[in-house]
Amino acid sequence: MTGDMMGEASTSIISALLLSILFVMGVAIAHLRNLFAIVMLSGIYSLVCAAWYILVDAVDVGFTEAAVGAGMSTAVLLGAILLTSRNAKPERRFARLGPLAVCIAAGAMLIYATSDLPAAGDPASPANTGVGLTYLQINWADTGVPNVVTSVLASYRGFDTLGETLVVFIAGLAVVLLLGFGERSLAETLRKLKKEDKVP
Amino acid sequence: MKSDHHLILRVIAKTLLPLITIYAFYVQFHGEVSAGGAFQAGVVLAVAVILYALIFGLAEAMRAVPPWFARGLAAAGVLIYGGVGVWAMVQGGQYLEYQALFNEPPGGHNGQHTGIILVEIGVLFAVAGAMVSIFYALAGRVAEIRDEDW
Repeated sequence: MTGDMMGEASTSIISALLLSILFVMGVAIAHLRNLFAIVMLSGIYSLVCAAWYILVDAVDVGFTEAAVGAGMSTAVLLGAILLTSRNAKPERRFARLGPLAVCIAAGAMLIYATSDLPAAGDPASPANTGVGLTYLQINWADTGVPNVVTSVLASYRGFDTLGETLVVFIAGLAVVLLLGFGERSLAETLRKLKKEDKVP
Repeated sequence: MKSDHHLILRVIAKTLLPLITIYAFYVQFHGEVSAGGAFQAGVVLAVAVILYALIFGLAEAMRAVPPWFARGLAAAGVLIYGGVGVWAMVQGGQYLEYQALFNEPPGGHNGQHTGIILVEIGVLFAVAGAMVSIFYALAGRVAEIRDEDW
């Protein structure tokens, strides 16, 4: 029993530590004007988020956050910085008050809603009693796949995943249609650079 | 061409890139028993290409993984996913009903395993191709990332 208590206490201490790191980083991102620093900090923000997700036993979510949030979106945002200036414009004095009010209101509502949530790992919570329990019971006989997350994602909810795949595909298509294929504009820039070099 | 003062970065990236790629395939084919799956594997695979582009230059990366290949990969992934559904329909089942792939009775798992593996390969292709295409479209507008850009 004491071991359990110790484990729980240390888990909540690490959780509080990670969440306070997130808070500090959020404030820092809001204050910074250098876009490169902002992108880097948001990548680290995602990484700390991923660590916290793993702490609360959401391993798949944590993995996705680390791969997509810290890896992919940082790389894409770095590519986007190249197309624009390096620093954000300084804001007008009182332009921040409106967004601040919206943030505080939304945050207060979220904190108010948190009090209704079941405790983490509560066996009586809706997530653990309803369809989730059924999946755990019938999964092995139905599919023979040991990882329930995989069988739910690819088999029970194959339609959802087809939709998700299409969303990713359409997102890529939309960017390509808006910005061009990359190879053509790359060739054009290379040609322009070569011309400039020839005529100093 | 230019002084190469990114030597350490390049050498370390060269050793890391194969590991990242293998890790992507590990995540892909180990998804059945551990955390992760095709979406994460696709992103990791795309990040390997993007890292290559960031360090060795976009033109080099486009020679290794041409943009038409990335686009085609994304489209092929969606087609594979949809094709599994059509296969199930041809066998007399419903769309994406893996149990019907080999007309097995309930309890047979070959269809489920085959269907899930094919579908995940489709997701891997679609995600990796789309992500690399997005990066190429964004980064292709500037010829080279110069040092003073950072």
